[in-house]
Amino acid sequence: MDALILSRIQFALNMSFHILFPTISIALCWVLLFFRHRWVKTREQSWLTAYRFWTKVFALTFALGVVSGITMSFQFGTNWPGYMERVGNIAGPLLGYEVLTAFFLEATFLGVMLFGHNRVSERVHLFATFMVAFGTTLSAFWILALNSWMQTPQGYWVDPQGIYHVASWIEVIFNPSFPYRFVHMVTASFLTVAFLLCGLSAWQVIKKTADEATPKVLKTGLILAAILIPIQIFVGDQHGLNTLHHQPEKIAAIEGIWHTEKGAPLLAFAWPNKDTQTNDYAIEIPKGASLILTHELNGELKGLNEFEVHPPVAPLFFGFRIMVAVGMLMLAASWFGVYQLRRTKGDVLKFPRYFLYGLASMTFAGWLATLAGWYVTEIGRQPWIVHGLIKLSEIVTHTPPANIAFTLTMYVVVYLALIISYVGVLKYMAEHPKKTEAEPTAESGEAIAIVANEAIDSTSGEQK
Amino acid sequence: MSWAQIIPLIFMGLLGFALFVYVVLDGFDLGVGMLMHRANTEERNTMVASIGPFWDANETWLVLGIGILLIAFPKANSIILGNLYIPVAFMLIGLIMRGVAFDFRVKARLEHQLGWNYVFIIGSGLASATQGWMLGRYVTGFAEGWQFTLFALAIALAVPATYTLLGACWLLLKTEGELQAKATRWAKIAWVPVVLGMILISLATPWVSTVVRDRWFALPQIIGLLPIPLATGAALIALRWILNSPRVRADLCWLPFVLLIGSLVMGALGLAYSLYPYAVIGQMTVWDAASSTEALNVILIGAAVAIPAIFGYTIFAFWVFRGKVRELTYG
Repeated sequence: MDALILSRIQFALNMSFHILFPTISIALCWVLLFFRHRWVKTREQSWLTAYRFWTKVFALTFALGVVSGITMSFQFGTNWPGYMERVGNIAGPLLGYEVLTAFFLEATFLGVMLFGHNRVSERVHLFATFMVAFGTTLSAFWILALNSWMQTPQGYWVDPQGIYHVASWIEVIFNPSFPYRFVHMVTASFLTVAFLLCGLSAWQVIKKTADEATPKVLKTGLILAAILIPIQIFVGDQHGLNTLHHQPEKIAAIEGIWHTEKGAPLLAFAWPNKDTQTNDYAIEIPKGASLILTHELNGELKGLNEFEVHPPVAPLFFGFRIMVAVGMLMLAASWFGVYQLRRTKGDVLKFPRYFLYGLASMTFAGWLATLAGWYVTEIGRQPWIVHGLIKLSEIVTHTPPANIAFTLTMYVVVYLALIISYVGVLKYMAEHPKKTEAEPTAESGEAIAIVANEAIDSTSGEQK
Repeated sequence: MSWAQIIPLIFMGLLGFALFVYVVLDGFDLGVGMLMHRANTEERNTMVASIGPFWDANETWLVLGIGILLIAFPKANSIILGNLYIPVAFMLIGLIMRGVAFDFRVKARLEHQLGWNYVFIIGSGLASATQGWMLGRYVTGFAEGWQFTLFALAIALAVPATYTLLGACWLLLKTEGELQAKATRWAKIAWVPVVLGMILISLATPWVSTVVRDRWFALPQIIGLLPIPLATGAALIALRWILNSPRVRADLCWLPFVLLIGSLVMGALGLAYSLYPYAVIGQMTVWDAASSTEALNVILIGAAVAIPAIFGYTIFAFWVFRGKVRELTYG
């Protein structure tokens, strides 16, 4: 294998591993702010318990996001040196602004948010939590601006040496696909967190380790998901139309349209066949794709035959269907969950067992949908690094392939161990919610005093 | 000098500054990590508590440093990271191991916690040693030959020793009682290889690099430059002397940390003087390596606003956690 294919696999691996954690931390921090705010307002102990437990999940997730993010920042230089040499004038400031405005903000206030609760006032603590949440979202803003620019570039000019320069920053940042991509990703993050909240809470009910916070957390997750999933489906549809306009070959691959046709069918399932340029075993809804994408029964959709280069069909075709299927499952689960909340008047212990097991099995459903979605959008850009302008093969490293094979193997081993540990520890925490303190208490005097104060606070809260 | 010539120098200064802040800040927490193998369970918890609120922000300075290299000097970045492909990967694995062990070591089931402690210690050591190796390779301009390998190996040992001393000085400042007494002993032990390492590097750098030799050993520069080694030596001797005083465990507990930072500042100035104006020594100057002036202008505007703000809230965070370390709990 050559450096190009190895670098692509390694980058895809790093990206896939990294994206799992921001996907959780972007939205989870806003949820934590909500929990903390409820505690300040109501003084109900359950909100503080919820905050404490999910802060641990957040700290763990954030740490994994940080370390894999540092790896990402080195990958640009080690594996894709041509990238910065060609588009550094555009990508550089965007990445630079991410570090300067977002990274330091979230990393610095994280310390105050996690450990500063009895060193700063409640107001300052809420402010620190807000800054972390704001920082993670701002970080997503810059990264998605750059990623979207690579998909739908504009606002640039090229000099005779092939170096890209900025003509208009507004056009670069607010490129045509950016608003869709940003909203789609942030909503995906909230949905991922919603199902994580539901999944771990359901597991606590199943394992009889539920505490006073569990019903509140499960309710928060279900309602969040029930509200957001229809919005996400709408945003996703708009994003698709935007892609059809700017990257029609990506849509052709997603829909398995090999040859331009009018009244194209929507394929519920098929096996795209690269050799015959047809779809085997197709289960289709006649004229469905044309209707959805052009809003006309006999609308014309461009096929892959119209493009000199186009992305591979199978990963896009299946990736898209996995994402949509998970989305539909989320819609069904969350709406059924809201019905269950009404039926049991919020008593999650009375939820049917099969539904609890269903939610627990969907704990990481958001990851699956997000990964599938990213594969569709990123593989859909191949073989370009900047769509229509620069190919990946132009920017790859000259590092010996053996070196890349070595580091790739190392990353596979480490990431596999980490993902198993991460999921294992979450499961352990859900099963032992009281045991896993942030740090083992060496000198418990202070801790006991705090607990006693909180007990008094919570009882007085209830009396009100 | 025109603005187009000045702005790459500003960014080289920012790059050096970011990496220096990284060395001091992540240096002390990597050092604390390495020292953990000499501590018992309770002391380990206190040690982690002393760095827990800071490590994440500390590591961000590395991201800023590598970001500036990538953004402002893309061509130098290709050469440097191309030459350091394998050690960079090992450093990243070290940082990953350490960063995740911070959290896993207290959340995992009891029988796994000991294992995560070792992941933490080994990760800290691996990250420190690979950083030293990379510094050694970089300073010699990636030259090949046994003497250059030996040189890089020496720095790969000197950097962890320096971080260990930083870590011990940090613990002197942040802890009390038995652990503080241990930290004093650790500092005394680490001081020896740090001094030996600095002498060795000061002698070896001009020996392995003609560029550096010509720069330092010529009249009249050598007279103007003398304060750098002299001040470094004075700070290190003062550090060792103060470690014997009982006051180092009382009102002067901050002094060793400050003295060590002082000597590191001198070291960084000396290094900057050796390297200027190269981005890759003997191969590429900062002007050859720099991005376009307009892109640098855009980032500079952001940096001018953001860096003072970063300073502001970094100081705020250190102030919130001022004084002797207390146990950490999420709340």
